[in-house]
Amino acid sequence: MQAYPRPTAWLVHALVMALGILMLYPILWLISSSFKPDHLIFSDLRLWPAEITLDNYVKGWNGISGTSFGSFLANSMLLCLLAVLGNLVSCSMAAYAFGRLDFSLKNIWFGLMMVTIMLPHHVTIIPQYVLFHKLGWVDTFSPLTVPKLLATDAFFIFLMVQFIRGLPRDLDESGRIDGCGPIQIYWRIVMPLALPALITTAIFTFIWTWDDFFSQLLYLNTPAKYTVPLGLRLFLDSSSQSNWGAMMAMSVVSLIPSLVIFFSLQRYFVEGISTSGIKG
Amino acid sequence: MEQTVTPHRAHSYVGRLWKKNAVPFLFLLPWFLGTFVLTLGPMISSLYLSFTQYDLLTPAKWVGTANYENMLLEDTRYLQSLKVTLTYVFVSVPLKLGFALAVAMLLNKGLRALHFYRTLYYIPTLLGGSVAIAVLWRQMFGADGLFNLFLHGAFGIEAPDWVSDPTYSLYSIVALTVWQFGSSMVIFLAGLKQIPQDLYEAAEVDGAGKIQKFFSITVPMLSPVVFFNLVIQLIGSFQAFTQAFVVSRGTGGPIDSTLFYTLYLYQKGFSHFEMGYASAMAWILLLLIGFCTAILFGTSRYWVHYADGGKS
Repeated sequence: MQAYPRPTAWLVHALVMALGILMLYPILWLISSSFKPDHLIFSDLRLWPAEITLDNYVKGWNGISGTSFGSFLANSMLLCLLAVLGNLVSCSMAAYAFGRLDFSLKNIWFGLMMVTIMLPHHVTIIPQYVLFHKLGWVDTFSPLTVPKLLATDAFFIFLMVQFIRGLPRDLDESGRIDGCGPIQIYWRIVMPLALPALITTAIFTFIWTWDDFFSQLLYLNTPAKYTVPLGLRLFLDSSSQSNWGAMMAMSVVSLIPSLVIFFSLQRYFVEGISTSGIKG
Repeated sequence: MEQTVTPHRAHSYVGRLWKKNAVPFLFLLPWFLGTFVLTLGPMISSLYLSFTQYDLLTPAKWVGTANYENMLLEDTRYLQSLKVTLTYVFVSVPLKLGFALAVAMLLNKGLRALHFYRTLYYIPTLLGGSVAIAVLWRQMFGADGLFNLFLHGAFGIEAPDWVSDPTYSLYSIVALTVWQFGSSMVIFLAGLKQIPQDLYEAAEVDGAGKIQKFFSITVPMLSPVVFFNLVIQLIGSFQAFTQAFVVSRGTGGPIDSTLFYTLYLYQKGFSHFEMGYASAMAWILLLLIGFCTAILFGTSRYWVHYADGGKS
C-alpha cells in the first residue's frame, strides 16, 4: 500500500509511538520499581525513581526458604541448555529423514507427526506423570529433559523439514559422488546449511523452557531443584508487602535472558515467526 | 521347490525392507520412541484412565462412564471452568487478532522505523508467558496497583480491586492476553506484504474507496493468514494456564471466576490425585479443541481465499 502523505505520517507515528509506550509501560515500571525503596513502590507512578537503592536486588538474591536465587537461575540455565541440545539433535534427525530420505509408510509417519503438533499437551500429561512417577523420575530434571531427546516438540521437526526441503538436492548428490553416506550428508552438508532453522529452534526452545511453568511445577518438588519460575512463585506465595521489592528485582533478573537473546538475534525471531507462525 | 523359494523370497523381501529403512529409521528412532512412548501410548492410557478411579497409589478401578457423567451433570466447578475457558477464548482471541490486524495495517504503509515499532510491539509477547509478567499483572490490577493509581491520579476514579472482584478478574487476564498481540501482528504484517500492490492500484483506477479496498482486496487476500492465526490462537488459548495460576495464586478465585479448564484439571489431577477424573477432563478438552478446529476448517472454504484456488 502506498505511503502516508506527510501530515498523516506524523500523526500515525505519534499514535504508533504512544501505543508502544503504553505497551512497554508496565515492564518499564517493573524495572524502575525494582530500584525503589519499599515505601515508594506502591505510591509512585513515575518511571524515574526519586530514590535509587539496590536493596531489593540484595534481598532477592539471598532468596527464600534458604535457597538463593542464584540456585534457581543455575537450575533454569542447566535445564534450558539440556532442552536446547535435546531438541536440536532429535528434531534435526527426524527432520532430515522426513525431508531427504525415502522409507516405508513415509506419508503416514509424516501425517502422524503433523497431528501431534495440534494435540493438546493435557491429554498426555497424566499418563506421562504416572510413567515418570513409576520410573522414580519425579523431582528430578529427567521428565523435563528426556522428552526433548525424543523429539516431542514436533513443531520444530516441521519447521526444519520445511527448511531442509528448500535446500538444493544437488548438494546431496555431489556429496554422494564424493562418497558420503546419509549420515555424513546429514552431518556435513544438511546441518550446516540448515543453521538458520537450528538457531530458530534453539532460541524458541530456550525461551519456552525458561518460561515454562506447568511442567516444572508438576515435576520439581524440592526448593533446591526449583527453577526461576518456581522461585518467583515462592516469593509470590509468601509475599507480604515488604517482599514485593525483592520479588520485582528478581522478576527483572528473570526477564534478562529472554531480552538478551531477543535483542542479539532479532533477525531470526522475525523470520522465524512470520514464516513458520511460531506462537508467542 | 515351493518350500525352498518361499523362505528365500521372504528373506529377500525383509532384506530389501531392511536396506531401505535401516538408515532412515535410525534417524527417526528418537522420534518413534517419543511418539509411541510419550504421546500415543499415553493417549491410549489416558483414555482408559478416564473410565477409572485412580489415585496413583492404589490400582485403577474401572468405573465406566461415571467420571464423564459426574463432570457434565453434577460438578458445578467443572461447568464453571468450562464457562470461564469458553468466555476467555471467545473474548480474547477476536480482541487479540483484531488488535494485531489493526496495528499491522497501521505499520504496513511504508512507515519509516518499521523495524523499531515491530520490536517494540513484540516485547510483551516475548515476555508475556513468564511468571514475572503474571506477577506484575497481579500487582498492576490489584487494589493499590499501577492501573488504579493511574485512574485515581488522572481521573479521580476510585476503581475496584480488579483481581479480587469476580466481575472483573477474568478480564484482567484477558487484558494480559490481548497485550501480547505481537506475534500475530508479525504474521499479519508478513501477510500484508504478500498482497500485490497492483491490485490496489487497479481498484483505485476503478474508483474504489478505502473501505471498499479493505473489504474486497485486503480481507480476502489476507484470509489465509487470518485463518492460520485463528487456529493457532484458538488451540493455544484453550490451554492457557500460567497466567490464571499465578494471578489467582493457584486457586482460580475469587469464587472460581478465573478457574480455567487447565487449572481445574491440574487441581483435580495433582492436588486431589483424581487422575481418572482429570484424564476424562483432558479428553473432553481434546474433543472441544478438535470440534472448534474442525468448525474452522469446515467453514474455511466459504471465507478463506487462496490465490491459487486452494490447490496448495
